[in-house]
Amino acid sequence: MSVQTWTFIIVGLTFALYIGIAIWSRASSTKEFYVAGGGVHPIVNGMATAADWMSAASFISMAGLISFMGYDGGVYLMGWTGGYVLLALLLAPYLRKFGKFTVPDFIGDRYYSNIARTVAVVCAIIVSFTYVAGQMRGVGVVFSRFLEVPINTGVYFGMAIVFFYAVLGGMKGITYTQVAQYCVLIFAYMVPAIFISLSITGHAIPQLGFIGKVTDGSGTFLLDKLDQLNVELGFAEYMDGSKKMIDVFAITFALMVGTAGLPHVIVRFFTVPRVKDARLSAGWALLFIAILYTTAPAIAAFARTNLINTVSNRPYSEMPEWFKKWEVTALLGWVDKNNDGVIQYSKGTAIVGKGPVQEKENGVAVRGASGEVVVTNADPANPNELYIDQDIMVLANPEIAGLPAWVIALVAAGGLAAALSTAAGLLLVISTSLSHDLIKKQFRPDISEKAELWWARGGAAMAVMVAGYFGIHPPGFVAATVALAFGLAAASFFPAIILGIFDKRMNREGAISGMVVGITLMLYYMLKYKLNYFGGGTADDWWFGISPEGFGSVAMFVNMIISLVVSRLTAPPPADVQAIVEDIRIPRGAGEAQAH
Amino acid sequence: MADSDNKLVKYWKRNLLYLVVLLSIWFLVSYVFGIFLADSLNGIRIGGAKLGFWFAQQGSIYSFVILIFVYVWLMNRLDKEYDVHED
Repeated sequence: MSVQTWTFIIVGLTFALYIGIAIWSRASSTKEFYVAGGGVHPIVNGMATAADWMSAASFISMAGLISFMGYDGGVYLMGWTGGYVLLALLLAPYLRKFGKFTVPDFIGDRYYSNIARTVAVVCAIIVSFTYVAGQMRGVGVVFSRFLEVPINTGVYFGMAIVFFYAVLGGMKGITYTQVAQYCVLIFAYMVPAIFISLSITGHAIPQLGFIGKVTDGSGTFLLDKLDQLNVELGFAEYMDGSKKMIDVFAITFALMVGTAGLPHVIVRFFTVPRVKDARLSAGWALLFIAILYTTAPAIAAFARTNLINTVSNRPYSEMPEWFKKWEVTALLGWVDKNNDGVIQYSKGTAIVGKGPVQEKENGVAVRGASGEVVVTNADPANPNELYIDQDIMVLANPEIAGLPAWVIALVAAGGLAAALSTAAGLLLVISTSLSHDLIKKQFRPDISEKAELWWARGGAAMAVMVAGYFGIHPPGFVAATVALAFGLAAASFFPAIILGIFDKRMNREGAISGMVVGITLMLYYMLKYKLNYFGGGTADDWWFGISPEGFGSVAMFVNMIISLVVSRLTAPPPADVQAIVEDIRIPRGAGEAQAH
Repeated sequence: MADSDNKLVKYWKRNLLYLVVLLSIWFLVSYVFGIFLADSLNGIRIGGAKLGFWFAQQGSIYSFVILIFVYVWLMNRLDKEYDVHED
C-alpha cells in the first residue's frame, strides 16, 4: 500500500475515534463543560494535560529546531518542562483549593475587583488566540503534505473536527479525546525514534542511543561524530552553544514562568477532585511530556547526522525520493551556485529572504541542469547551496531513514493529534472567558445554567471560526506572537497568581499596577525589537543583551517589584479576602468548594 | 482557636521550607548545571555526551519529574501529620 493510502486509513481511524469519544462524553452542565465536572482521575488528567500542552510546535518543529541549534536548543527543552515544577509546587494545589473555573475567576476574587478580572480576561483571550492560530495552520500543513489536498481544505477539515467535539463535549469531551490523542501522538513519535535509534546506534531506547556509539564500526560516539561533522561544514560544535549565557538564562526562565502562567494549562488542574490530585496530576503530566521531550534531542541528533551524511557533497542525481518530494513543497531548496551538480552544504544562508522562490512556467516548476527545481533567490554572499526548513526534520525523518509506509502515515496522524488537542484546549479557554468571566460575572449575573451553557457553546463555535480564519490567512506576525504569548503570560498572570497565594498583604492596587506595567513593558520591548516599531533596534541594542524571547523574565520581575511596592503603600486587602488566602493554603475542604 | 492558628502557621512554614529546598534543586539542575557551569561540566562525560550539555537536554528534565513526585510524597505526609488532609 502507498503512503497516501496508509495515511487516509490511519488518520481516518483516529478521527473516528475522537468523534466517538465526543458523542459518548457530551457535557450536560456548565460544570461539566468548564471543568469536566471536577471528577477526572489524576493519571487521566495528566495525559490530557500532556496532550493539551504538546502542540504542533512540540511535535513537528521542536526536534528540527534543536537539530539546527545544538546545545542552544536546550532552552526549549528545559523551558517547556521546568514550568511544570513551578505549576505543581506554587500554583496547581492552591488554585484547585480555590475551586472556581478559570484564572480570571481567581484574579477577580482574590483582588476583589472587576477591573482585575477584565485585565485577566483580555490577557487570557489574547494569549489563547495567538496560540490557536498556529495550531490550525499546523493542521493545514500536515494535511497538504500527506494527503495532498490544499492547505485550506485541511484547515476546514480540522475546524469541523474540533468544532464537533469542543462545542458538543466541552471540557469533558476534550479531556477524554485528549487522552486518546496523547496515545496516538506519543506512539507516532516513539516508533520512528526507536527504529532510527536502532539503525544508527543499535540501542532500542533513543535516550541511550543519544549518548551511545554509532554502529559503523568506528567506535566513535554519535555526539562526537556530530561535533566533527558540524565543524567540517563550518558550523559551531553541536554540544557547544552560540547564544550568550545571559540570554540562554533569560529565555529558559521566561518559557518556564510563561508555561506556568498559561490559562489553558492552569485550567486543567481545576478538573481533578482533590488538592492532592492536583499535585499528583502535575507529576503525571510532566512524566508523559518528558517521554517526548527527552526523545526530541535524540531525534534531533539522529536527523542531523542522517541529513549531513545523505546530502553533503553528493551529486543531486543521487538524491533519494524524499529529497525531491520536499523540494516541490518549497520547504527544501537547492541552488547550484558553482554549477557542479553536487550539493555543498555549509554554514550561511543559501537563499535571500524567507523560503525558496521557485521559477514556474504555466504553474509547473522549471527544472535546472541537474533536474532540480530552479530557485531564483540564491544568496551569492556565501557558498552554502542548501535551504532546509526545520519542520522537515520530524516529518521527513522516517523517509530519510527509509522506514515503512505505515510509519510515515503514523507521523501524520500524530502531528494532527498534537495540533487538534492543543487547539481544543485553547478554544475552551476562549469560550469560558466569554460565557463565564464576561457574560455571567460582569453583564448578566442572574443568567440561568442552561443559557450560560448555550453561551459557552456559542463562544466555542465562534472561536473555532476565528481560529480557522487565522489558519487560512495567517498574519505575518504569528511566529513573533507565539513567543509573545509566553512573555505575556509571564509578565501578567504569573506574578499576580503567585503573590495572591504567597503574599497575604498583596492588594488590588498592587496586582493591577503590576500586571499593567508588566504587560506594557513586554509589549513595548516586543514591538520595538521584534516588529521594528518605536525606531526598532538590533541585537546590540538589547537591554542587558536579552532577546525579546527572553524579556518576559525581566518584565516578570518588574511586575513583582511594582506590585510589592504599591501594595505596601496602599490599604491592605479586606479581611474576607485575607481569609480566602488562609483557606487556599490548606488542602482540607476542597471538595466542598462551591460548585458555581 | 489560637492553637489551631499556631498549627496552621507551622504547617505553612514547613510547606515553605519544602518549596525552598525543592526549588533550589530545580534551579541547580537546570540553570547551574545546564547553563552557568555547563562549560566546566563539559569536561566530564556521560556516555558520548558532555555533562553540561546532557543536563541541558536530558538530565534537568529527569530531575524535574522526580522533584514533583518527591513533593507529592512530602506534602501527603505533611498533610496527614497536621491533620489537614482530605477524606
